[in-house]
Amino acid sequence: MAIDAATVRKVAHLARVAEPEDRLEALAQELNGILAWIEQLNEVDVQGVEPMTTAVEATQPLRDDAVTAGGDPARVLANAPKSADGFFIVPKVVE
Amino acid sequence: MSALTNITLKAALDGLKSKAFTSEELTRAHVEAIEKANPHLNAFVLPTFERAIEMAKASDAKLAKGQGGELEGAPLGIKDLFCTEGVRTTACSNILGEFVPTYESTVTANLWRDGAVMLGKLNMDEFAMGSSNETSRFGPVVNPWKAKGSNASLTPGGSSGGSASAVAADLCLGATASDTGGSIRQPAAFTGTVGIKPTYGRASRWGIVAFASSLDQAGPIAKSVEDAAILLKSMCGHDAKDSTSLDVPTPDWPSFVGKSVKGLRIGVPKEYRVDGMPEEIEALWRQGIAWLKDAGCEIVDISLPHTKYALPTYYIVAPAEASSNLARYDGVRYGKRAEGKNLIDLYENTRAEGFGNEVKRRVLIGTYVLSAGYYDAYYVKALKVRRRIAQDFDQAWAKVDAILTPSTPSGAFALGDKAADPVAMYLNDIFTVTANLAGLPGISVPAGLGADGLPLGLQLIGKPLDESTIFSLAGALEQAAAFKAKPEKWW
Amino acid sequence: MTDVIAERESKVIQGRTGAWEIVIGLEVHAQVSSKSKLFSGAAVGFGAGPNEQVSLVDAAMPGMLPVLNRFCVEQAVRTGLGLKAQINRKSRFARKNYFYADLPQGYQISQFDEPIVGEGEVEVEREDGSFFTVRIERLHLEQDAGKLIHDLSPTESFVDLNRAGTALMEIVSRPDMRSAEEATAYVQKLRTILIYLGTCDGDMEKGNLRADVNVSVCRPGDYEKYRETGSFKHLGTRCEIKNVNSFRFMRAAVEYEARRQIEIIEDGGKVAQETRLFDPTKGETRSMRSKEEAHDYRYFPDPDLLPLVVEDAWIEEIKQSLPELPDDKRRRFISQYGLSSYDANVLISEQARADFYEKAASGRDAKLVANWTTNELLARLTKDGHDIEDSPVPPEHIAELVALIEDGTISSKIAKQVFDYVWAGEGSPKAVVEKHGLVQVTDTGAIETAIDQIMAANPDKVEAVKDKPQALGWFVGQVMKATGGKANPAAVNDILKAKLGV
Ligand SMILES: [Mg+2]
Ligand SMILES: [Zn+2]
Repeated sequence: MAIDAATVRKVAHLARVAEPEDRLEALAQELNGILAWIEQLNEVDVQGVEPMTTAVEATQPLRDDAVTAGGDPARVLANAPKSADGFFIVPKVVE
Repeated sequence: MSALTNITLKAALDGLKSKAFTSEELTRAHVEAIEKANPHLNAFVLPTFERAIEMAKASDAKLAKGQGGELEGAPLGIKDLFCTEGVRTTACSNILGEFVPTYESTVTANLWRDGAVMLGKLNMDEFAMGSSNETSRFGPVVNPWKAKGSNASLTPGGSSGGSASAVAADLCLGATASDTGGSIRQPAAFTGTVGIKPTYGRASRWGIVAFASSLDQAGPIAKSVEDAAILLKSMCGHDAKDSTSLDVPTPDWPSFVGKSVKGLRIGVPKEYRVDGMPEEIEALWRQGIAWLKDAGCEIVDISLPHTKYALPTYYIVAPAEASSNLARYDGVRYGKRAEGKNLIDLYENTRAEGFGNEVKRRVLIGTYVLSAGYYDAYYVKALKVRRRIAQDFDQAWAKVDAILTPSTPSGAFALGDKAADPVAMYLNDIFTVTANLAGLPGISVPAGLGADGLPLGLQLIGKPLDESTIFSLAGALEQAAAFKAKPEKWW
Repeated sequence: MTDVIAERESKVIQGRTGAWEIVIGLEVHAQVSSKSKLFSGAAVGFGAGPNEQVSLVDAAMPGMLPVLNRFCVEQAVRTGLGLKAQINRKSRFARKNYFYADLPQGYQISQFDEPIVGEGEVEVEREDGSFFTVRIERLHLEQDAGKLIHDLSPTESFVDLNRAGTALMEIVSRPDMRSAEEATAYVQKLRTILIYLGTCDGDMEKGNLRADVNVSVCRPGDYEKYRETGSFKHLGTRCEIKNVNSFRFMRAAVEYEARRQIEIIEDGGKVAQETRLFDPTKGETRSMRSKEEAHDYRYFPDPDLLPLVVEDAWIEEIKQSLPELPDDKRRRFISQYGLSSYDANVLISEQARADFYEKAASGRDAKLVANWTTNELLARLTKDGHDIEDSPVPPEHIAELVALIEDGTISSKIAKQVFDYVWAGEGSPKAVVEKHGLVQVTDTGAIETAIDQIMAANPDKVEAVKDKPQALGWFVGQVMKATGGKANPAAVNDILKAKLGV
């Protein structure tokens, strides 16, 4: 499953990281190196093994339906790079 | 004032209680030490001295009245991964810009509840991704240790390099750290300090910048096993704000340090004897086995057959989770923003400029292994191998009470040595990463010096929630090793 | 399943190349009527100032973690039970990853391959009274996104996260609707069930209930092949029309979209599977490029959350607390009160209507009460834009009115007058009858006197009625006129027949 420059371009776009065209080939090489090393997992027989998503052997705790947060927009906006009138601001989005 | 900085946390707490010195004196001594050392070691990225003196004064007032918590007046360093209210927190990434949290992480809040004093924020690998502290936006941390006959700057390890370096150089009495694949234990081993990662779910992750949610755990780096037990006890506890936090009581771990380890069965996994491991690491391991045998332990050869697959598994699971966890850094609500002609450009430019190369590399790998067509082949496969690795340990626990291994396959290396080869860098965590995948507690204890005069560590891995036993065993190792070496002060 | 197919009534559209049929599947997003959000303690509500109902978790601040709201889980189970669906004892939350300005985390916490509710079904009545069944594929819990405001600046969009993190139930149907009418009837029915259950307020204007409409077209017979084989290859390529939030728009969007697709195919083209947006001002759907940008959502189990386990005892407890559901109530109204299917449907369409009716019908002629409730009261309420909750006439008054008719105190005709006075707030039917002297004359003496007078004044008619008994109606009318409408019609009839000898 070798990665080429086009795949890197696609993945970088999915991840929303701008990668200049002239970096794609080098990145593909780098990622292929790591993936080649990862390929050794194919040696492991995992027939019938349940995927392990967490090390915690508990079930999801539930909280009561009570209002315990919010009501403080200044706190939410405190670190905003751009905001006005209580809103975060981004370049115009066309839907 | 060096007399006040080269003592253990335990000694300092005793001194404070007996009024041999005040917290303000203790804190000022550490401030002085940081001012002197930091230009050379780069361990602190944000000193908070004014706040430290204020906190120390408040502690002194309590101590004067015979009040105060278990850490009252003790100055500590905080890894920059922990959100601290009103104090800039960056995870040492450019993308967080000058982010100032309006909230305090549960772990640090627990420390302040018990009276600890914050000296400042500690350097680390960007988003805790790295094993050499070279990926920080603030530049690398320098290990206070130097190899015999060499002046080369060495890495303190990573990602908690700032924490390890600061504790080893006596810039604080202890430090918070975090461990996703070995980020507490490897730097502890590289700097002659003690570092423990508790059972997954012991320490709340609330308010800690997330790297890989199913693996991240906070823990301390300390000057002694007892200090580590004192700090860990304060840091841990159930937190309803973290759904993966375990609702179990926190034992009085300091009381387990010094307890007899007679009759405990210690597993020695044959798979940890890896190709190309230096003989001195092998020798250190044999020495550790001998020490525990002398202390009355029974040594049992065990097999953890899937050990060699732990790192490749980790390098699928951790980047996958990270690629999603780091999606929130988009330049909209906080942190750095790079402008763009539209929203997508803004995202792509912000993240391209804000993330360093190692972070980008992992975000790309993580995105790739989760993407359509690769999810089953990589991600699900890795989760299944992860289960196999955990099952290896489950089987071992039928035969042994704890497992002894080297902490790292080598001692500290020079800054820049492995920066060009990601896989070589990743291999640093080969002995530590299994405990993260299985969620087990692991501690690194300094056990001796290598031929080049650099510290080396031994690791103990415990059963789930059985930190108590590994604290007793670590205490036994510490006593037997009688590791008293300190880096020579060259700063 | 074959009987289900048999009851299907597809709507045929004539194209240039032959007949076409529409196939519709729906993903309905219903906002859970909770106080706080699915994973945070911020308030849920409408009309707050920007970012006032936002917690640090909703804003995706570094290190913030989700904790699940028990009430929301309960509502999902409750809704599942109401849809006669399978409740999954173990389910899981997954992250759906994509970047958008209204999605602070960069992912939506949703459920993917292990939803909390599995297969169920909904019985839906068409306008003509016939029924069809819509199969429910699943119901899952997920977070809503925030809101973007585009009209505050020509160059920028403003982000309000108040809605971000609000709990939604996504109810996914199979493609079992064959016309815009069926689609709206299904959503209407779903809405009724949700309101009965109290799990969602169904307020479409506030966006608390909205649907993604999947539309495709196929040739007659293809759908039946799909139902027989379960294979989607028999169906056309579908387009998803996002966030349709009114029945009117839904109808318009389906009609437009079906014709658009038919035209493409008939012109030799291929329908592209895509997400589209309905533009209400133009009455058209258009491609939604912003959502097409990346549809590789990279779902994976959320590592901040653990498997959700719903114990049997809890499900049982919820089951015990379920109200009587609309279908059961309709069946009971028909059998217990002898109502027509139509009347029963009108009365059960809202829980409050049904409750009102049952209160009024208690001990009375149930059919008569149904007539008065639907024909008079509901008609007037609808005309004035009122709900039954704010009816000026309480159920006790309808009951009293019907009682007065039953015991012959007033005639049906007078009853209308009485109702007018009661509606106008003049008091109870009894009080109104008394006040306005509307008591029906059952005193046969008075009626006989009136008849005698009329017969005396109209001998020709008396003669005529002997040959033409139908003319009796004229005498009845005259008697009613003479008594101011208060004469008991039955008594009038009897006496007239006796006196006239017909
Ligand atoms: Mg959907
Ligand atoms: Zn949805």
